[in-house]
Amino acid sequence: MTATVGKSVQLRVERAGPLALLQDAGRFGVRRLGVTQGGPADIHAWAWANHLLGNQWGAAALEITFGGLSLIAEGDARLALAGADLEATLDDEPLEPWSRFDVRAGQRLRFGSPKNGLRAYLAVPGGFLAEPVLGSVAGVAREGLGGHDGQGGKLKKDDTLIFQPGHEEGELPEVPSAGERPDYSRPARLALIPGAQIAEFDGGSLFAAFNRPWQVDDRADRMGVRLIGPELTCGVSSMISEGIGLGAVQVPPDGQPIVLLNDRQTIGGYPRLGALTPLACARLAQCLPGHEVRLHAQALSSAQAEYRHFLQIFPASRE
Amino acid sequence: MQLPRLEVAGVDAWLVRLFDRIDDANMPWIMALLRRCEERFGEALIDLVPSYTTLLVHYDPLQLTPAEARLRLATLLADLDPEEDGGQGEGSSDSVKELHVWYDDSVGPELSLLQEHSGLSREAVIEAHSGQEYRVFALGFAPGFAFMGSLPEELVLPRLDTPRKRVPAGSVAVANRQTSAYPRISPGGWNLIGRTSARLFDRERDGFSLLRVGDRVRFVAVNRDRFEQAGGDATPVEERGANMSRKSS
Repeated sequence: MTATVGKSVQLRVERAGPLALLQDAGRFGVRRLGVTQGGPADIHAWAWANHLLGNQWGAAALEITFGGLSLIAEGDARLALAGADLEATLDDEPLEPWSRFDVRAGQRLRFGSPKNGLRAYLAVPGGFLAEPVLGSVAGVAREGLGGHDGQGGKLKKDDTLIFQPGHEEGELPEVPSAGERPDYSRPARLALIPGAQIAEFDGGSLFAAFNRPWQVDDRADRMGVRLIGPELTCGVSSMISEGIGLGAVQVPPDGQPIVLLNDRQTIGGYPRLGALTPLACARLAQCLPGHEVRLHAQALSSAQAEYRHFLQIFPASRE
Repeated sequence: MQLPRLEVAGVDAWLVRLFDRIDDANMPWIMALLRRCEERFGEALIDLVPSYTTLLVHYDPLQLTPAEARLRLATLLADLDPEEDGGQGEGSSDSVKELHVWYDDSVGPELSLLQEHSGLSREAVIEAHSGQEYRVFALGFAPGFAFMGSLPEELVLPRLDTPRKRVPAGSVAVANRQTSAYPRISPGGWNLIGRTSARLFDRERDGFSLLRVGDRVRFVAVNRDRFEQAGGDATPVEERGANMSRKSS
């Protein structure tokens, strides 16, 4: 394909769904100031959406939660989708949930409701252009940082998103076939690296944590996802606040765990079972309320090896 | 428990537990370790979160295995020296940072509650809050929100049972043994006793946050005129701090 160099293209928001935010890899180096990490809730699908266009790791893509969004193209470009099936259509023609497709000026890209998963990622050549705030365009509404407007705002009607279809591209990767894509409708098996205060939980609680099904609560957002199930009891009820990593599974006094995701507070003081792996966080981010999940323990070294392997799919990773 | 200790915090993070209780004297050690991590991890460092007794070290999993990162941390810990490693604070100098505060009922509705609770006069409460130095133990909850301590015993007041939905920016607050100021409008459950004109978090400023972990801070009482001249917003707090039946939290 040939792309016009230097000519910017816009997508205009005709209808804003409940939540759509620009996300690059996240905001790093400022967590000591109380600034959250941000970044894609599903790093797996986000990375794939960018990869399908040959984008560098970290290019800003649009994270669309629930659907309901309608965009009008004001220019021609090749776009890519990955992640949830939110009934995307281009001028009413259904699009595959993982796909690369061309849009022409005037065409309407519309998202319906979640059919499989919760969050879809729309990538554009070179990534969406926005002013980085504290080094990142990751949109965090609570902090008023990043996003298309620099204020962490979610997309609103009549907002425009801008990008610049880039220089020539090499060969693009194949779009994963239906069989190779995750099926988010299946019960989720989430890998947890045991740690933190796990030894303080009683035996019955630990058995339940790893052997009983858990349900995703409706109190679930980019900060964290609450799981409903047997009550876990821990000998420690609260602690001096300390830095909290991605995926930390904290258990407040009500015994119902909360998995902390990208927009979590930087420090916290509840006992924790350990941390989900980044790929388990990504999987959880695709679960709607009521979805069944199970936790299983994974050793640190194998969890990291798996994550490395994932990162290495994407050639320009972290360059 | 043997300290310091390295605890797994994910595929790409270790939590270094240095102490088991809150103490002013912890902070130089934690900040010294933070500086060392910056030097010795170099490009492999992703982020650092210092807090009260710990340092969370987030590294690049493409550059270091967990074992390598752990070894590096263990080596750093072996000869840690706060004197040598500039552990006094993250700020540019050792000086005490001053926050100008207008203590008033209109912007600090729990000032009277603090009076009641402590049995002190208004003047004595203000004097007690502004009459000592505090240490920043952690930043969290929101960008630039500094957990400072420790408050004098007589000013200890539990959090509000029901948090306010909208605490105005600049609100100076106390809860248990700690004090802070809200950088921007947000929900919050601390007791409001005044307001500062200081810009606590500013994305255009070098370093962004006025306060940094390890900093020493002092509150300075100013009158309304000075507060407003310095750009303070004197709009009263409208939302009441709900619930007088208090339990410690």
